[in-house]
Amino acid sequence: MPDVVDGHITERANVYSGSRNRLPATPFGLHTGLDEAPARRSLREQIAKLERELAAVFASAYPRRGLEWRVGSPGGPRVLGVGELEEVRDRLASRLEDARRTLRDRGYVERKNVERIEEMLEEPARFKWVRISNADIGEPGCKYWHSRPRLGLIGMLMGWWRVKISSGCP
Amino acid sequence: MLEEVPLGTGWVEPALREEFRGLGLRYTVVSAHTGRSPRELRARLRHLSDRIHGERVVNLRREPVASAYRVFFRQIGIDPDEHKPPGEAAMLERLRAGRFTSRDLLEDALTVAVVETGVAVRAFDADRLEGRPGLRIAQPREHLYGDRVELPDGAIVVADERRPIGLVFGDTGSTPAVTRATERIMLSVVRVPGIPEISVEEALWTSSGILTGTDRREQGRRGRSRK
Repeated sequence: MPDVVDGHITERANVYSGSRNRLPATPFGLHTGLDEAPARRSLREQIAKLERELAAVFASAYPRRGLEWRVGSPGGPRVLGVGELEEVRDRLASRLEDARRTLRDRGYVERKNVERIEEMLEEPARFKWVRISNADIGEPGCKYWHSRPRLGLIGMLMGWWRVKISSGCP
Repeated sequence: MLEEVPLGTGWVEPALREEFRGLGLRYTVVSAHTGRSPRELRARLRHLSDRIHGERVVNLRREPVASAYRVFFRQIGIDPDEHKPPGEAAMLERLRAGRFTSRDLLEDALTVAVVETGVAVRAFDADRLEGRPGLRIAQPREHLYGDRVELPDGAIVVADERRPIGLVFGDTGSTPAVTRATERIMLSVVRVPGIPEISVEEALWTSSGILTGTDRREQGRRGRSRK
């Protein structure tokens, strides 16, 4: 293993307790020039703002699943150089934009599903066997709306459809 | 040997202070042994377990202290989603295990402190330290006290006046780590920018109070259980 591995302190440096492997050294960018200090400060402020916005989106996304939140990092704990801070900022911005776009798209589908539930309740026969769950409308819990015939086969032949609403999680 | 103080302020290397304004180290030293937790403390952990639920954990990162940790982690190159800040890690472990599991007096005291205040407290063997603790940037070829693994240049470390004793939010050197033989414990908090001083102090008082048996809530519980 080479002594110098660009940009990474190692996983051990990140973990609270870990193996006793040798740590690869990293180039330390703190002394690259006095002019970079204000740039680093500004980048850290941008990172702070983006992280807080991402946290807000994360909380508002609950209980939706399947969204990607990981941003990645150059490895630490250490004072990051300008280039590394820019990379963290750009990744955060990109992740934030992705999360917002995904939530917007899902929000559209969820609104459509809510409208469909209302239509199902009014005309169950138009939505035979359609089943919409809380997850489909972005709500927590196990409740679902299911258009099915009353009295099974007889109801199906007679056209007696109704929406059965489940009572929640078992 | 580190002298006992009610609540001390550690030093911060000027270059580091210039980079992270508001970064600091607070500490206290107590005479205490670790060992099996008393029944009252285990009951307190159970009580805390009942207060933690999924929705609170989801919203945790919007709370000021947890948010400050996440921001600082990003700024120093740690991905807080991969290596959770201590408060989040404790809460997630509670969800995973279904409760806060009692380990020993020290671990339990630190868990109570981080869950109640959001602030992470870290322990070192005070008799292994030389001079006041502080925060600085590691020098080339330095290693944690008691370890042979070289620290990378630029790593941010907790150090005494001679050598690094632990990585900030990372490993502790094997020599200054608290063991069953430890007689005096230094409890320390890396004060991250954005964390209120009152939360830092509360975390130190809570953990030191539990370790020395002087925590008022613990005493209250013990009193009630005797009646």
